[in-house]
Amino acid sequence: MSDLSQLQQTPLTDWHAEHGAKMVEYAGFAMPVQYEGVLAEHEAVRKRVGLFDITHMGEILVTGPGAEAWLESLVTNRVAGIATGKIVYNAMCRPEGGVLDDMLVYRLDQEEWFVVCNAANHDKIEAWLQERRPTEGVEIQDVSSGTALVAIQGPASGKLIRRLGRLADQIENIDVLDFYNAFCHDGPGGRWIISRTGYTGEHGYELYLPNSDALAVWQELLEQGKDLGVAPIGLAARDTLRFEVCYCLYGHELGEEITPLEAGIGWAVKLKKDDFVGQAALREQKAAGVPRRIICLEMDGRGIARQDARVLCDGVEIGLVTSGTFSPTLKKALALALVERNVPEGQLAVDIRGKQIDCHRVDFPFLAARTKGDPDEPRKIQE
Amino acid sequence: MVPDDRKYTQEHEWVQIDGDTGTVGLTDYAAGELGDIVFVELPEVGDEFSKGDTVGTVESVKAVADMFLPVSGEIVAINDAVVESPELVNNEPMDDGWLLKVKLDDMSEMDNLMDANGYQELLGG
Repeated sequence: MSDLSQLQQTPLTDWHAEHGAKMVEYAGFAMPVQYEGVLAEHEAVRKRVGLFDITHMGEILVTGPGAEAWLESLVTNRVAGIATGKIVYNAMCRPEGGVLDDMLVYRLDQEEWFVVCNAANHDKIEAWLQERRPTEGVEIQDVSSGTALVAIQGPASGKLIRRLGRLADQIENIDVLDFYNAFCHDGPGGRWIISRTGYTGEHGYELYLPNSDALAVWQELLEQGKDLGVAPIGLAARDTLRFEVCYCLYGHELGEEITPLEAGIGWAVKLKKDDFVGQAALREQKAAGVPRRIICLEMDGRGIARQDARVLCDGVEIGLVTSGTFSPTLKKALALALVERNVPEGQLAVDIRGKQIDCHRVDFPFLAARTKGDPDEPRKIQE
Repeated sequence: MVPDDRKYTQEHEWVQIDGDTGTVGLTDYAAGELGDIVFVELPEVGDEFSKGDTVGTVESVKAVADMFLPVSGEIVAINDAVVESPELVNNEPMDDGWLLKVKLDDMSEMDNLMDANGYQELLGG
């Protein structure tokens, strides 16, 4: 095994290693990829509640009287004018329209914004922002190294977060916290941000914490959640969970050579708002016809279509697989693929290590997210 | 501990001899490294292969591993149970999770495989 001790640690790294996690390098961090096993962890989140250490994510504070208009000019979705406490999903694009990263933008106060980007793109986004920062009216502070991020995800997440002692006086705020909203709270080590967000398609929360508060919160959640069946969840299950509900993953469905319109997140691209970086190129692409799109595939034969496997229609290549795995919930081999916009009629197949394995298109998404409704409502799965 | 009733390969497979036939499977270590196994693809009974040929694949949620035949010979049985229930390879890799049986062409090929001590060393003691 490679030496993980040289990598960046989170406040929970030692805990993971001591509790049987298989640790891997991810974006320069030593992170838990699995504990009990990806299938069991996946099920824990779909049916009960799971805890994720996702401290590797990048967090950047953008403040000042000019922050609102400036951020609006850099991201694809509309953030100007949103209410304090609101969160908006965005892409940040190159002038040519390719995606630098996808990110959450929080309005924490009138002149205080919180940008959460992917760990793998953190340095790039930090540099992109610094290069474009106006000389006045906008301050940028990267707070990633001092911020831990713990996600609580699953139908029992609402019950669990309400048992956290440090939030005992915040129950009313939690009660009214709608999906894609957040509130701040003073914790022992500094400010906490409690966010009704996640990357699993389940009811869930993400807690941004000062590093010094993270271990105590993690341990308390595990202790308080025993009867709810709480489990720590590694990055492998985080991937299968997001995959089933078809959330994009940077480096797979998103990248600098893929536009957000192609990736299927056009709903987060406001072509009619004031100018943003990449808007002209995206308008042009939309007018000319978006050349590629993400489709959902179910394999008919045995084998898992992995990233970069060729997708064929009657033997002719029409695109590439962006993500593929065995769906633990649906118990099928499924794949997302970036293909020509007009998929021709004919037999679809994926080239899996030299063998053409038949597949067919299925509806998007594979599994419906249930981030908003009653978390205790059983999931309906179409067979 | 690594059982000493069979021999092992660099690819983390085991072979247990009974008469002229060897039963082949993945080691505990290999099954653990792959993680939750969801597909097992095996050759047909009657197929003949040389030592080192790829004869199947074992696929987990995160990874896929080729299965190499450790000795030359004819496939005389495959474990249908692991094709039906691939998790058997995770749960019982050294017993009920065996993959196939091969009738050896040349029993001396077994001499090139590691014994339990050698395999234990490969795993780092």
